[in-house]
Amino acid sequence: MVNENLVKAVVKEPYKYGFVTDIETEKIAKGLNEDIIRLISQKKEEPKFLLDFRLKAFKKWQKMKEPDWAGLGYKKIDYQDIIYYSAPKQKEKISSLDEVDPKLLETFDKLGIPLTEQKKLTNVAVDAVFDSVSIATTFREELAEHGVIFCSISEAVKNHADLIEKYLGTVVPASDNYFAALNSAVFSDGSFVYIPKGVTCPMDLSSYFRINSGDSGQFERTLIIAEESSSVSYLEGCTAPMFDTNTLHAAVVELIALDDASIKYSTVQNWYAGDEEGIGGIFNFVTKRGKCLGKRSKISWSQVETGSAITWKYPSCLLLGEESVGEFYSVALTNNLQQADTGTKMIHIGPKTKSTIVSKGISAGNSINSYRGLVKMGTKATGSRNYSQCDSMLIGDQASANTFPYIKSQQPNSEIEHEASTCRISEDQLFYLQSRGIEFEEAVSMMVSGFCRDVFNQLPMEFAAEADKLLALKLEGSVG
Amino acid sequence: MQSKMKESDPILEVENLSASTDNLPILKGVSLTVYPGEIHAIMGRNGCGKSTLSKIIAGHPSYNITNGDIKFLGENINSLEPEERAQSGIFLGFQYPIEIPGVSNLEFLRVSTNARRKFLNKEELDTFDFEELVKEKLEIVKMDHAFLSRSVNQGFSGGEKKRNEILQMALLEPKIAILDETDSGLDIDALRIVASGIKKISNAQTGIILITHYQRLLDEIKPNYVHVMSDGQIIKTGESDLALELEKKGYEWTDNFIKET
Repeated sequence: MVNENLVKAVVKEPYKYGFVTDIETEKIAKGLNEDIIRLISQKKEEPKFLLDFRLKAFKKWQKMKEPDWAGLGYKKIDYQDIIYYSAPKQKEKISSLDEVDPKLLETFDKLGIPLTEQKKLTNVAVDAVFDSVSIATTFREELAEHGVIFCSISEAVKNHADLIEKYLGTVVPASDNYFAALNSAVFSDGSFVYIPKGVTCPMDLSSYFRINSGDSGQFERTLIIAEESSSVSYLEGCTAPMFDTNTLHAAVVELIALDDASIKYSTVQNWYAGDEEGIGGIFNFVTKRGKCLGKRSKISWSQVETGSAITWKYPSCLLLGEESVGEFYSVALTNNLQQADTGTKMIHIGPKTKSTIVSKGISAGNSINSYRGLVKMGTKATGSRNYSQCDSMLIGDQASANTFPYIKSQQPNSEIEHEASTCRISEDQLFYLQSRGIEFEEAVSMMVSGFCRDVFNQLPMEFAAEADKLLALKLEGSVG
Repeated sequence: MQSKMKESDPILEVENLSASTDNLPILKGVSLTVYPGEIHAIMGRNGCGKSTLSKIIAGHPSYNITNGDIKFLGENINSLEPEERAQSGIFLGFQYPIEIPGVSNLEFLRVSTNARRKFLNKEELDTFDFEELVKEKLEIVKMDHAFLSRSVNQGFSGGEKKRNEILQMALLEPKIAILDETDSGLDIDALRIVASGIKKISNAQTGIILITHYQRLLDEIKPNYVHVMSDGQIIKTGESDLALELEKKGYEWTDNFIKET
């Protein structure tokens, strides 16, 4: 009855970004060793400090073990069977968008991210990353007028080496974890944002990550620095073609907010999730962390995670500055055989720091959806507060949801509040909506988006609409 | 008067209907015909099958029809989905309206109203036009506009939930409304509001089935027929005075009907 119908509706989910762009690429040989790392660094014409950073990370990585504490089930990754650098062949130096391969522009067009001058989105600046390289960044001049730097990280290495040297790896050190170490050794491209003192970024900034090649991993690296009293809203989107092999994606994102600065980082993650038998899909092992270094600084993560075969991701905040604020708003939807282990870490170090966690997990099909979060109050975090709310929604009777909240407090003068709930879309609720003429699938998606409302309200407006549609699409089984 | 009504075609025909859930028979051959303009009351003990009958007419997936037919405007609807029945004009007022967290009442009412309007080939209403319409309908049930911004039925009092049901009925303008114990849990004032709401919405073209335990609703809305159900069957049908007699003598009195048959 209800479960049968639901499972049917849910399983029909299409993935409309599953196409491959047929383009000539430059790939290096498979495998990982010091020479490969030197080659990547050389291709990117990097300064010595960065090569050293990579090699050191690689040495650490070799001594580390792949973490298994999340209890995720997947085929062992053969790190020697991955290509660590893949880039579409282009003219040596591109000075304007007109010189970008039309096939690439067409690809991003198809993804709903037009890049050309005539068609580009008017209120968002976009950095488009294709496999290992950034293809184009829009609105650069306009942003530059405000002193905002928005470019690929490779370019930043060339043009703003001082900032890179000063901040890279300071939030997520190479030794942080296995995948962060791997990323530090081989990262290819990603975005770099610098907002100068006192500047409110005049438009939303956005990176769009596209994996195109089936046998190369994607290791992007993003670094955002908000100087005193500045603010920025940054959006990130991701898609990949449908391959029956698994592709590794191990990204690192570092955010730094100084006194009175605020960074809002929103993600809609829709990597290919694999088919209904669990064949193919992206392995998404990501380390995202923000450092509220300054007083009254604020970092807010919001994420809508719908894709990937495996998601292992805990966007976190280190709350150092007095009265700094960390937020985490998350919707994670899993279906079929997807596994998601996601949550956050709120590390309260400074006094009067505040954090809010709102997590909504929706599991359908045979998927496993876990929230895993740590709230820690350090010895100096007097008068600090945390509020956490973790809700799970189950669709059908084969899916599972878990909540693992870890709480550590070394400061008696602080407050931690945790609420959790699990619900199932009940037959009675569906019947009620249906008996008012609302179609079954629409009833499901109404309830799912109602369940996610608290989080959607945190997303930038256009993103919220997109997220709502994406969830509905995933559940409706209709091509949008 | 009755014979005049019957010149038109029936809205609802339940013919010898038997149904079960989890292989447990609940309805055992129920027949009931409702013509336009008629008000039927169904009474009976808890567990006699009254609510089940209403849910089956609305298409609840938990029940299997094992025998008999349900016809709506002459068409057999046994296999229609609940939403198709609702769109075509069958309305079930729930005994216990369901709470739906996160879904705004306004949006719910609008989507629902538009689904019905679409079926009727009427133009679907945008948020502004719908606001206008709903404002007018709120009057009927004397509900405050603030109800609209809350989640569907969430945190509503018993009376508020029932009034929200009648509001939905007012918006959907059904051909037939089955109101399952809409009067239970209402105080006298709320009962009057609900009863007058039902009267305002119904007309010579609509049919109403009131499922109730109490005479007091039937004092407000006088039924043309009263049916007494017991153990999945209608054991007696009479006119409105049957309800009064039942009120006086209690359901024990009806046990004798079963002995008689």
